Amino acid sequence: MTELIVEGLHVRYGAVRAVRDVSFEVKSGEIVGLIGPNGAGKSSTLHAIMGAAPISGGDIRLNGESLAGRRSEDVARRGIALVPEGRRIFAELSVEENLRLGLAGRRSHGNPEAALQRAYALFPIVEEFRRRQAGALSGGQQQQLAIARALVAEPDVLLLDEPSLGLAPRIVDVVFEALTAIRDSGLAVLLVEQRAQRTVALADRCHVLANGELRLTLDRSDAADTDKLVAAYFT
Amino acid sequence: MTLAVLNVSWQTLADATSLGGIYALMAVGIGLVFGVLRLVNFAYGQLIMAGAFALALGAQWNWPVWAAILLCFATVLVLSTLMDRLVFRPLRTQSPAVMLVATFAVSFLLQSIALLWFGSLGKIATSLAPLNRVWVIAGVDIRKISIVSIVVAAVCLLLLQLLLERTSVGLHMRAAALDFRTARMLGVRANRVIGGAVLISGALAAVVAVMLTVQAPLVTPTFALSDTIIVLAGVVLGGLNRPVPATLGGFTIGFASGLLGGALPTAQSQYLPSFLFGAVILVLLVRPNGLFARGGSMERV
Repeated sequence: MTELIVEGLHVRYGAVRAVRDVSFEVKSGEIVGLIGPNGAGKSSTLHAIMGAAPISGGDIRLNGESLAGRRSEDVARRGIALVPEGRRIFAELSVEENLRLGLAGRRSHGNPEAALQRAYALFPIVEEFRRRQAGALSGGQQQQLAIARALVAEPDVLLLDEPSLGLAPRIVDVVFEALTAIRDSGLAVLLVEQRAQRTVALADRCHVLANGELRLTLDRSDAADTDKLVAAYFT
Repeated sequence: MTLAVLNVSWQTLADATSLGGIYALMAVGIGLVFGVLRLVNFAYGQLIMAGAFALALGAQWNWPVWAAILLCFATVLVLSTLMDRLVFRPLRTQSPAVMLVATFAVSFLLQSIALLWFGSLGKIATSLAPLNRVWVIAGVDIRKISIVSIVVAAVCLLLLQLLLERTSVGLHMRAAALDFRTARMLGVRANRVIGGAVLISGALAAVVAVMLTVQAPLVTPTFALSDTIIVLAGVVLGGLNRPVPATLGGFTIGFASGLLGGALPTAQSQYLPSFLFGAVILVLLVRPNGLFARGGSMERV
């Protein structure tokens, strides 16, 4: 059982207070959504968890152990994997090399090939194109590769930063279905999204961020309630 | 026997190829560290100089050749690691300009130390002098060191290529050179990748020190200084941020330098650097991304 707790988190870049007193938690087997407009502090929250943004207050704990002040690679090696915004695929490397980079975050010393095979099973397209240069893949294929790359590290917690950005609706279905499968396999999933309605429908809970603050928490039953969603964004 | 058209002798051609090989190694050494640190290490030449002094001392103490070479490697590797720990790492988050100036400072510091310890007249590294003898191959006289340098450079480049392409450390280095932040978030350990690049770069500097001292046994505090400047021009010429173009750039400028040096009458060879740098400026005016940069590789969105 894994538990990622964000408690009273503050992130500031110089004079800009990107995240203010945000608290939430994610446990094994659940998807928690973070939604909100651009600049709400969603990505900053993920970067703070990954040790890539300055934490000016509060704490982030994984199974009781504080992650504040740790380097990105150490956070990754503690079992948290990030699917970054814009996918951040290494365009000049092959698809398989991209996938193997994900192994850098692995903790177990078991057979890495098994982890690769599980990723291929979840995203057959990645296996089909594994010899190609990653930059030659379409946006949707790159997104699947980015998620597969995070999964081969066999993390306990998966963070995703706008995985549906710029994807065709059909591909968004593929990605969201994969997220359900990932959750059901026992991972804790933290999903940052702009597609509010779909995220609310998918996630076990959804927190709405605006101006760096946590405004509202929605559950699945609110997905159909368009008024509530609109109100969450514009108040 | 000469290549009649160019009026270039086979000996000159062999020398030029071997100089190209040595410069290619230096270019890779500089390029590897640039890849992971975005830092042009101007003190690279002084690492070679330190290795050359180690060889000269080994010769002076009548050490066997292998022991002198071992001392050379040890000196360069320790110095590289110290540079990494004391200068590169603390300054890693600073701007590139700060790091550049810092490597200038290290470069002059090492030169000054060498001047204090060994004087400006320098020392002679004689251990490997027999390699300067001539082999006669199919009626052509070729110095052994030319062949040895070409073979050693080829083997080093091949081993490095295998390391970068076939091992996970190599994969991590290539990824770090492309996007360090993302690589770290995937779990690639920054210090290990940088330390590895610095060590490999240092090992290449030691190899270069051995090769260069055979060709020019007089080791002074400015040993390898002009070579480093020419190689830096070559690296820029090839394209700084990719190992293969950097290597090609280093080889090209070394080859051109050797060829011109052999072809020019002795009275004019002092103008050699002017020719080289003039050519580099011309090339960069025509191809600002470097001679061997791939044209317009666009990322798909």
